[in-house]
Order: sequence, then structure tokens, then C-alpha cells
Amino acid sequence: MKKYVARRLLQLIPILLAITFLSFGMMRLAGSDTVLQKMENTGTVVSQEVIDAARAELGLDKPFLTQYFVWLGNLLHGDMGRSYVSGREVFSYFVSKLPATLLLMAVSILLTVVISVPLGVLAAVKQNKLTDYLIRVCSFLGNSMPNFFVALLLMYLFAIRLGWFPVIADSVSFQSVALPAITLAIAMSAKYLRQVRATILDELSKDYVAGAKARGVKFSVTMCKSVLKASLVTIITLLTLSIGSLLGGTAIVESIFMWDGVGKMAVDAINMRDYPIIQAYVMWMAIIYVLVNLITDLSYRVLDPRIRLGGMEP
Amino acid sequence: MRGEKAVTVRRQKVRRNNIKLRLSFFLALTAVLLIVALFADKLTPYDPYLQNYDISFQPPSTEHWMGTDRYGRDLFSRVLVGGQASIFSTLALVAIISVFGTVVGVGCGYFGGKLDAVVMRISDVCLAFPGLVFALAVAALLNGGIVNAVIALAVISWPKYSRVARSQTLAQKNSSYVHAALLAGDTPIQVISRHVLPNILGPILVTAMLDIGTMMMELAGLSFLNLGAQPPTAEWGNMMSSGRSMLQIYPWIVLSPGLAIFITVVIFNLLGDTVRDYMDPKNSRSR
Repeated sequence: MKKYVARRLLQLIPILLAITFLSFGMMRLAGSDTVLQKMENTGTVVSQEVIDAARAELGLDKPFLTQYFVWLGNLLHGDMGRSYVSGREVFSYFVSKLPATLLLMAVSILLTVVISVPLGVLAAVKQNKLTDYLIRVCSFLGNSMPNFFVALLLMYLFAIRLGWFPVIADSVSFQSVALPAITLAIAMSAKYLRQVRATILDELSKDYVAGAKARGVKFSVTMCKSVLKASLVTIITLLTLSIGSLLGGTAIVESIFMWDGVGKMAVDAINMRDYPIIQAYVMWMAIIYVLVNLITDLSYRVLDPRIRLGGMEP
Repeated sequence: MRGEKAVTVRRQKVRRNNIKLRLSFFLALTAVLLIVALFADKLTPYDPYLQNYDISFQPPSTEHWMGTDRYGRDLFSRVLVGGQASIFSTLALVAIISVFGTVVGVGCGYFGGKLDAVVMRISDVCLAFPGLVFALAVAALLNGGIVNAVIALAVISWPKYSRVARSQTLAQKNSSYVHAALLAGDTPIQVISRHVLPNILGPILVTAMLDIGTMMMELAGLSFLNLGAQPPTAEWGNMMSSGRSMLQIYPWIVLSPGLAIFITVVIFNLLGDTVRDYMDPKNSRSR
């Protein structure tokens, strides 16, 4: 197991390098020369010599690759430069916004699991019955709604018409996390529910289920003790795969509900072309995503002994 | 399981396979949608860009089916014209990524070697970024505009197709009919165009059809964040975005384009599901 973890961590290095390189390259491509940006902000005409001197001071006259490695070195010390707009340290700013997003994500994932696993199992058990049909129609409709439309609909219904929740999340509380989390959970559940249903159907068609039935084992016992347990790995994998769309979805949903997390920060930064912040956002989101995938991969081995035995370990 | 029942011989319900009927129905529905979008200019009851402050913020009525917006523009006309931008840019996007992804995937799968390794690593990196996050950044770099939004989404979405095309090509490459064709003196290009491509188009078409709805929503999402079509151009995403602050008092400004996106995506998704069932009955959703 230790060897396997070490190998996976080693494989992570090229991916992380690629992610940082791409984030760095994109920022350079934007033609956003830090010096020009700063000088433009002062509003005065600056001579070429001053610009060159400032560039040399910041190391911007060096070749691209050298700049990248300098930047990477700084990154390892938690230095990601300063925001063009507010002049704040990008890294600490990002870190200060992260908990709100993580909370939102955690609540939406929890909601998704609570909604879609029972409904998916129910739909599979009642395959091609009315219940299954209704659940599938709901999932289909949920899948066809863009999350910003869901967000605005929920806002209109529950915040404006019924007044149950605040329109704008001015604080981090149960009331204010509810609507953004429900929005994200609806979009995720619609996809996830189908996948849970398909997984359970797959498992139900296996011989051991018929065998258990023939021996007179209660269906609920087969379901809970065998079918669910066997489908667990697939269900978890599919859940992590949907985290990718969740990370992107938070940007829109956070900015609609004014939820003060990294997604809203990124959208604000994009509107002001605050490149260092956009860069930090893209890079860290990708890193979080890669890490989540890694953790899932590792968790299989704990959850499913078959993989552990069939793997490369002696 | 359900208690003791008298054993009776139940009449078997035979499900008629009505897939062809469904397919033609949804194809017709999509055709109607496309024709409406194509001729939207001529179908609009009012000029979608004509401002008239005397009639701003009118609720839906028989005169203005979806009401009017802040500038007194007829929302129904704007939704119709907005469909043009939304639908055709989505179709262009899906066409671009499926063709490009397929070409790359088939090339990698058939020729293999270093090129394959490099391209597949690039697609790994593209897939390492969570979808919309990367598109947001690219769109921000390119400074908005519907064409740039399409480019941004294309940059992150092609690897899916090249994956499908590559694995399908690998499967075909070692089949005996391809060996036979090679022995008969076909050049690789001939083998690809005459034998490999026709055999792998099915799964790619299915992927593309199922992708239209998602891509339409992501494109509208970028517009909603002002990274797509710019006002005053009518486009569903930016119409919703500009009406968002007035949701409380004039909800129809947001709800009309929202419903339009919803209905269009439903139609494309239904078509996609049906095409999938038609091409690959074993994978049908209801089973």
C-alpha cells in the first residue's frame, strides 16, 4: 500500500507541473505585463528606460522558462504575487476565501448523496414502474436546466416570494448556505441519480441476487448487505467525477447568491481582469480536483479488497 | 417477496420497439426548432432591438407575449432572435470539437508512437482542469465575445472526443478486415477514410448529440457571466444576466429566456437520448 501511494504521488508531479506551467503560460499570453499594468494605473506617461528598469527588477527581462521557475519557486513559498486591483497578497486572499467555498461544496455533496442515492436505488428496484418513470423524468428535467436558471428560480420562489431564505448570503449560516447548496445539489443529483440507478441495476442483475432470493433471503437484506456494498466503489467514483462540474458550478452560483467564496472572487477578478487572482483560482481548482481524484483512487483499495489483491502489490 | 399469491400465467406484455417513431418525432421537433431559429428575424412580431421607454417593464400580455424589458423591447422577439445566437453557436461548437477531436483521436490511435503519447498527455492535462473553471479563464483571457466563448469551451472539450475516437480506432485497427485492406494495398489514409471512420462514427455521433445540451448550458453560463455574447446582442445567457437585478419586481425578464434555454436543452437531450438508444439499444437508459 505504501509503495502504491508513493507511486501515485510520483505520478502526480508531472501533472502538477503541467497545471502550473499552463496557468503561468496563460497569464503571460494575456499580454498582461505587470509593469505596464502598474504604470498604466498611475496615469502618467513613463519612459521606456523606467519600464525596462522595473522589468529587470522584477525579472521580467529573463527568458520565459527562467521566469517560470522563479515563479514556481515563489509559489512553493506561498507567494503568488499581488492583486493588480487591490494590491493584496494573492495567496492569503485566496486562502481567506477558500473555507466558504469548501463549506458550500461539502453541503452540496452531502445533499446530493442524501437525495440521489435513495432515489436511485428506489428507481432501480422499481425498474420500469411508475416510481422509476417519475424519478427519471425529474432527473431528466433537472439535467436540462442550467444552474444559473435553477439559482434564479429558487431565489425567486423561496427568497422573494416566500421569504424563507435571504436573497443575498450576507453571512455564513444555515439559512444563507441553503439556496446555493440546493442549486448545486439539483444539478449534481440529476446526473448522479441516473448513474446510481444504472449501477444498482447492473448489480441486481447478477446471479448472487437471484441466488439469495432463491434461498429466501429478504430482499431488503440482500439490498443493504450485498448490493449496496458491492456498488459502493462505483458510486463513490461517479461522485468524485461530478466534483469537477461542481467546482466550475460554484463560480456562477456563488456570484448569483453573493456567497463570499473563491468562485465569486474569480468572477469578480475576471470582470476586472485581475490576472494574478484568476491564475491562482484556476491553478488551485485544478490541484484540488487532481487531489480529490487521487484520494478516490486510494480509497478504492481500502473499500474494495478485490482491487487490493489484484493490484501490483506482492 | 410480495407475500403468497396464486400462481397464474400472466400475459406477457410485449413492448413494441417504437424507437424509429420516437427518433423521427424528435428529429422533426428539432427541425422545427432549427427552422424557427434560422428564420427568427422574419418571425419576430416586433423589432428585437427597438427601444421604446413608454412601454418598458410591461408584464406578459396578448400584445407582448413575454412582456417587455427595461428599454421597452419586446421580450418574445428578443428570445426568438437570441435563439439564433445560442443554438447556432452551440452547434458550431459541437461540430468543431467533434471533428477536431475525432481527427486527432483517429490519428493518434492509428499511427500511435510519440505523437500519440504527447497528444494524450496534453488531453490528460486538459481533463485535469475541472471543465468550466478552465473555460472561465480562457474566456477571460480572450476578453469575452461569443466567438471567444466558443473557442474557450472548444479548448477544454475536444479531449473527450479524441479519447472516444482513439479507443474505437485502436479496436478497429487490429481487426482482420483492416489487415485485409492493408494487404490489398490500401494506403493508411484510404484505410482510415473507407474502413475505420465509417465504423467508429456511431459512438462519436452519440457523444456529440448528448453533448449539445450540456454545451448550450455552458455557453449560456459564460454569457451569463458576461464572457459570451455582449449586450445589446440578444442571447439567452446575457438576457438573463441583464435582467437578474430586476428579478424581484419584473421576473419575466429573467424567466422568459430561462424557459427558452430549458425547453431547447430538453429537446436536444431527448433527441440525444433517442439517437443513443437507436444506435446502441443495449445501452438504453430504461433497459
